[in-house]
Amino acid sequence: MTVAVVQFGGSNCDRDTVRALAHLGVDAELVWHEDGLPDDTSGVVLPGGFSYGDYLRAGAMAARSPIVDEVRDAADAGTPVLGICNGAQIGCESSLTPGAFTTNESARFQCERVTLRVENADTPWTDHFEEGELVEFPIAHGEGRYEIDDDRLDELEAEDRVLFRYCDEDGEVTSEANPNGSKHSVAGVLGERDSVAVLMPHPERVTLPDIGHTDGQGVLRAFSE
Amino acid sequence: MTAYTATVEVRLKHGVLDPEAETTGRALERLGFELEDLRAADRFEVDLEADSADDAAERAGEMAERLLANPTIHDYEVSVEER
Repeated sequence: MTVAVVQFGGSNCDRDTVRALAHLGVDAELVWHEDGLPDDTSGVVLPGGFSYGDYLRAGAMAARSPIVDEVRDAADAGTPVLGICNGAQIGCESSLTPGAFTTNESARFQCERVTLRVENADTPWTDHFEEGELVEFPIAHGEGRYEIDDDRLDELEAEDRVLFRYCDEDGEVTSEANPNGSKHSVAGVLGERDSVAVLMPHPERVTLPDIGHTDGQGVLRAFSE
Repeated sequence: MTAYTATVEVRLKHGVLDPEAETTGRALERLGFELEDLRAADRFEVDLEADSADDAAERAGEMAERLLANPTIHDYEVSVEER
């Protein structure tokens, strides 16, 4: 039983993710995408980075690589799958999750701490939090603006599939607190099953206590259950 | 089989914000140009052999659907010319 952290050429949060999972007692290993998922895969992380140099669109190339078909099969079988940052872009590009992450409203790469409000605490990724709880994660992306057509966003919200929204320190969802222009300030969403999730902020960067905040542990603990 | 060039133009759907195009437009204005709006698009030229122009267009359309465009945010147009 091992969580596969899938490495593509250009992934750069892969080792951080393995360390963060190991800190939580989760058995995790790096899996080069050409090698396919190990037989004993119990979970999958699509980590952050710049797979394939963000050619065409961030995540577009990795989303069409053969291992993503295996990830899709695993997800359909109920295996937990988490896409972080570039992994979130890959998740949306491969239709594991709805919508798309595209160029920030600022047209700039942004690396900063953001406050997130937990929108649905009844998922494996958020059940260590309370609904409405505020957490602080870092973002580091140039293409993190969540886009989706209005009807589909209405559906997602009606189905309670928004995990996190960007908000201010009081928990108010405002345009000033929206770092990248994401529609309805969406920072993370669920796939069709609640065992599949993507988010642009980095939980693995706020998991190790010697770095500081540990809010990200709540998300990654989904793999220890 | 005939040699064709299929051109696929991919652009953001109407109403989807394009920060790069806005920044480019503002840069043109800083250079003294007057403009009302600016839209950007990606253009792919695919050389291929096909039985007919329709066949070439169909294959290029499938390329757009499966990779060149992201249907969530993009529209695309295909045109075909003999090479």
